[in-house]
Amino acid sequence: MAKVAAKTAPASLSVGRRSALAGREALGAGVKVEPLGPAERVSLRAPAESAASLSRALGVTLPEKPKTSAAKGGRVVLWLGPDEWLVLDEEGKDLLGDCAKAKQLHSAVGISHRNMAISVSGPAAEACVSAGCPQDLSLAAFPVGASTRTVLGKAEIILYRPAADAFRVECWRSFSDYVFTFLSEAARDAAA
Amino acid sequence: MLLIHCPYCEEERPELEFRNAGEAHVVRSANMAGESDEDFEKFFFIRSNPKGIIYERWRHIHGCARFFNAVRDTVTDKFVMTYKAGEPKPKKLPGVAK
Ligand SMILES: [Zn+2]
Repeated sequence: MAKVAAKTAPASLSVGRRSALAGREALGAGVKVEPLGPAERVSLRAPAESAASLSRALGVTLPEKPKTSAAKGGRVVLWLGPDEWLVLDEEGKDLLGDCAKAKQLHSAVGISHRNMAISVSGPAAEACVSAGCPQDLSLAAFPVGASTRTVLGKAEIILYRPAADAFRVECWRSFSDYVFTFLSEAARDAAA
Repeated sequence: MLLIHCPYCEEERPELEFRNAGEAHVVRSANMAGESDEDFEKFFFIRSNPKGIIYERWRHIHGCARFFNAVRDTVTDKFVMTYKAGEPKPKKLPGVAK
């Protein structure tokens, strides 16, 4: 039996992870909705006294102001609450390992596969997201670099604006079909 | 839609991001086991349910996720003010005569 198991093991390893939104895309006048690739994600909780130590370990200074973010070298840290951040690394670097280098009190939980990320881009991106998000997303109220936890329709999302005409929508994997379909429908109506 | 000022996000946010969490400043006894049935009933079940100004706990559940306190008028649904959890009941309310 052991021999058989040893022989079949490599075959099961070749089974790839399939994105919940694989192959989907939606186009509207001035807006494109598409799934983003995998990323390392960490839910980080820490008191203010630990922020400096964690910033050094991650190589990015944890933002302290509400609704802001910090980005450096492929890494983005989004402020979610007074002691809560979402850390993203799109290059797949070991976030948990880096957090572990910080000796101050903190909680770092790996949530890489809990979330899906959707890109909404183009001159009508703001109108598209606004179809389901009740926050003021004008550049004056939600500038480039802004990030927040909020809602889109009936689902909770985390919204990040990397550029004036681009949004990153993070949602839980099981909500991703709903969120993507909502944004696709919104894209058909959105106009810049 | 109501706009509610979150004391942690330091701005007004749409009501869809919030959840009510019952009356505020209900003090839990330090000696729960020694409470009489009457006192426990008061603490656990009895709420003031006023017509007018009420002090409530709210949670910015789909935002910063923090609990905070709010002063609200139950007749008009107007939020008079909000303040951080743990802060004392405000003595003076803006725009409320008393
Ligand atoms: Zn808040």
